[in-house]
Amino acid sequence: MERKASPLDIAKNKIGRLDPKKILAETNPKKKAAMMQYLAQQCRLDVFDVLHEKGTGHWGGATSAAELLTSLYFHIMNVRPEQTDWPDRDRLVVSKGHASSMLYAILANRGYFSIEELRTFRDLNSRLQGHPCMNKTPGVEMSTGVLGHGLSVALGMALAARAMKKNYWSFVLVGDGCLNEGQTWEGIMASAKFRPPHLVLLIDYNKVQLDGPSDVIMPMDPLPDKLRAFNWTIPPKVYDGHSVLEILDSWDWIRQQTTWPVAVIYKTHKGKGVSFMEDENKWHGAVIDDQSYTKGRPELVETLRKLEAQL
Amino acid sequence: MTTKEISMRIAFGQALLEIADKFPKMVVLDADVSTSTQTLLFGKAHPERFFNVGVAEANMADIAGGMATCGLRPVVSTFATFVSLKCTDQIRNVVCYNNLPVVFVGGYAGLSDSFDGTSHQSVIDLAILRAMPNMTVIVPGDAIEMRQALESSLSYNGPTFIRICRNPTPVLFENHPPLQIGKIRKIRDGGDLTIGVCGVPTFMAVDAAEQLSQEDISVDLLEISTLKPIDTETLVASASKTGRMLTVEEHSIIGGLAGAVSEALGKHCPVRMDFVGLEDTFAESGPYIPLMAKYGISKQAIVQKAKALLKQ
Repeated sequence: MERKASPLDIAKNKIGRLDPKKILAETNPKKKAAMMQYLAQQCRLDVFDVLHEKGTGHWGGATSAAELLTSLYFHIMNVRPEQTDWPDRDRLVVSKGHASSMLYAILANRGYFSIEELRTFRDLNSRLQGHPCMNKTPGVEMSTGVLGHGLSVALGMALAARAMKKNYWSFVLVGDGCLNEGQTWEGIMASAKFRPPHLVLLIDYNKVQLDGPSDVIMPMDPLPDKLRAFNWTIPPKVYDGHSVLEILDSWDWIRQQTTWPVAVIYKTHKGKGVSFMEDENKWHGAVIDDQSYTKGRPELVETLRKLEAQL
Repeated sequence: MTTKEISMRIAFGQALLEIADKFPKMVVLDADVSTSTQTLLFGKAHPERFFNVGVAEANMADIAGGMATCGLRPVVSTFATFVSLKCTDQIRNVVCYNNLPVVFVGGYAGLSDSFDGTSHQSVIDLAILRAMPNMTVIVPGDAIEMRQALESSLSYNGPTFIRICRNPTPVLFENHPPLQIGKIRKIRDGGDLTIGVCGVPTFMAVDAAEQLSQEDISVDLLEISTLKPIDTETLVASASKTGRMLTVEEHSIIGGLAGAVSEALGKHCPVRMDFVGLEDTFAESGPYIPLMAKYGISKQAIVQKAKALLKQ
């Protein structure tokens, strides 16, 4: 197959790849946040390139979660890429498994595998399956792809922590589609019954699903009221899921909580980063064709340059 | 044959209590039927290791999957029909795909929830669960084997389904060598035809073989408690000796023991076959043993089909 682009071709744009180790070593919170904001955009560009090259994959929901996944793996979660079976590691279940490409990009930058491996996405014999597979991809805590499983699994992880007297955190990232599934509401009920510590539901609330706007396909609002009515602890605000600073603010709030379980809603945009793809359900899973690629990529590069100037 | 009868579910509830210390990582989940399945006994003794999730089987299966990734050994208990149908997606995508050590114990299986009728009876569970990659499928023949299957499953590093009966049934294997996962138990040696049986009808097959022997028909009687992985070696050795195979099960003849044996012998040793089980039909309410008989599962049905098979 002819190479159309590659994650490594970002160098052609004369924009440097950020050394992820520097993010982890940075002690100034504002500088670290700016670096994570940059890395999220860099991953967005990587994913855009890979999905175009492969002609397969889900752009909309992947880019929606870029900042959330970056913040989790570079600031919030306590993990050891060199020891993936470390029993005390924090867990993340990416219930919206169609965000696999972004998860892989973040995991690669975090050191679980090489960035070059991203180019094997969805290939035969690749470790990077179409949707996440915990037995193939280092760092993936649960195989997902069928919506609605994540919260139940994370609840099981959190209950296991309590049973085994461990203090790791159990996070689950869900999208609108997961919230449609009845099983998610079974999990919402059961979490509020058992109340295991350190169970956090993160909602990537882009409000667009495969067939159209969530308000048309299956309205979820008033979502905060629903979660409160189910006896969850939720913050007084909806955070901007594309601002690393806001995500870090939300983490500061989460860490102060003592009444479990905790849910946080992040307003995001499906297709984030390419103006004509944002909030359009078509870009849930459409192939990034050559024309859209050529038209869209400069926008992503332009944003990356702006973020570079703030480093 | 002994006339002593014990219900597998009573034995299951008792076993969980007795093995709690032996398997300290074991936890038990139930979906609001713990009074029926008898897991409530464990729940009362070990409330911190017992999780009643309410009537939400899908959630229960995935909670167990999450627990298993973190080192616990979950035993998931509900009715067999709910195991196979209310959490099929969860068993496939979370437990089996990831090869997680979760033990599913499907109670009230076959027609044993006889009076509750078709809604609660479970006659296609083996077809569904046997088709799941990584899943081990065990159908104990009595309460003794049920407990042995449970302990073996808790020591096995992968998903397991154990199918158990609601009602008291004859104890067959007290003071016998224990059930071994993946191994056929030979109950009787014979040369005219092979009868392969699993689950509650095992006692019927034992009686049928005895009756046939009085009519000078010698039966090679195999108890096939593990449907998957099936003991192909023993099956082939028997079928190649007798040339005829009759399977007997409390399940549809589609996809259960009949399917498993046909797949194995069709590939390695094709012989004349017939099947005792439900003929692609739902059943109805009624008393257990007569209900099974009406739907073709009885000692008489086994004898009749065995003789017919020998005439072919």
